[in-house]
Amino acid sequence: MPAAQAPAPQPQPHKWDDHRMEVILGNLLRAGVMFSAAVVLCGGCIYLTRHGHELPDYRVFRGEPSEYRTVSGVIRSVLNGRGRGIIQFGLLFLIATPIARVAFSVVGFALERDRMYVVFTLIVLAILLYSLLGSGAGG
Amino acid sequence: MEIEMTILAFTAIIAIVSFVAGLLGSLTGLGGGVVLVPLLTLLFHVDIRYAIGASLVSVIATSSGAAAAYVREGFSNIRIGMFLEIATTLGALCGAFLATRIPTSALGTIFGAVLLYSAYLSRKTRPPAQRSLPPDPLATRLRLNGSFPDLGGERSYNVQHVPTGFSLMFGAGALSGLLGIGSGAVKVLAMDQAMRIPFKVSTTTSNFMIGVTAAASAGIYLSRGYVDPGLAMPVMLGVLAGSLLGTRILFKAETKSLRLVFSVVILVLGLQMLYKGLWGKI
Repeated sequence: MPAAQAPAPQPQPHKWDDHRMEVILGNLLRAGVMFSAAVVLCGGCIYLTRHGHELPDYRVFRGEPSEYRTVSGVIRSVLNGRGRGIIQFGLLFLIATPIARVAFSVVGFALERDRMYVVFTLIVLAILLYSLLGSGAGG
Repeated sequence: MEIEMTILAFTAIIAIVSFVAGLLGSLTGLGGGVVLVPLLTLLFHVDIRYAIGASLVSVIATSSGAAAAYVREGFSNIRIGMFLEIATTLGALCGAFLATRIPTSALGTIFGAVLLYSAYLSRKTRPPAQRSLPPDPLATRLRLNGSFPDLGGERSYNVQHVPTGFSLMFGAGALSGLLGIGSGAVKVLAMDQAMRIPFKVSTTTSNFMIGVTAAASAGIYLSRGYVDPGLAMPVMLGVLAGSLLGTRILFKAETKSLRLVFSVVILVLGLQMLYKGLWGKI
């Protein structure tokens, strides 16, 4: 560091641990996204071969049927081999990847013995789980 | 303009448009989601609720997909991100609940205003970064201050105005939940302007936060039937592919003129959304 620069106001003892944690989490996220993209692509191919010749209709909002709105409904339609069900499963997995990152961060901060950030991260995790499971999608 | 097209043709066109949006969004740093919803509603006459659902899903994909690339550079600050995510996820929950209750014309109007603001922000020159600000007691207590690799070694920074930044982040989360966008513009306002976080740190940290914020409202959108698999599929795959390509060439390409073009596009889309929203045509 050049001498002219202002001295660092405080040491950063946690910097490298944080960085290692972020690298692991970053790779985890990318793997999750790639997996869900592959699932969505597979489901998309099935959907397009079956319905590709039909006419799209997104002008009027009807809302999705319950099989594409809840976790159990999506899983049921995947088991029935429905293309759109497989797409929706991939999208569910995608929504779960950032939630998994937050869950892993709880562990990471716990390993660093940073109690304050364990609490912060748990708050974020609770909000995310409430959104996914508490809003009706969990049924 | 009325053209009958099959689902196959429709899917292919949407995938191409989404790819270009993702590519430009990542090259310019303005985000692809912000143009997707207006393009889908104005050009393809998709109901704005389906458009928001599909865009939100693609926002998660871009944020999580680019995370590994950003992390390697060592700019992002996981503590700032996690602390502010409390605000953005709470905001996103509120925004998503609100979105199911207000009329679509209001959604369109708010969207138009956000687009105009984004266009304005993208043309504004940033004030030069202050080198050494005194540490703020609250930021120090929350351990938000950090350092990042810069020319000539590590550069440390002190985060300022934590309560203001936290409140703005709640607003950014609410907009994200309401409109299905990453709301990078408001996040930049909070981190750059209010909290005085260096630009590179705030953009990469905000990318990390966007996925978590979007996940907070995605569950609600899914359960309300806003996420249509047939539409979300080409949007998500297209945006993801475009943005991944964009991050690969991010630091080589000359983005200045590209940024100008993209902000003009945002401006035009913003005016259209505002017009259609105010006249109740959405």
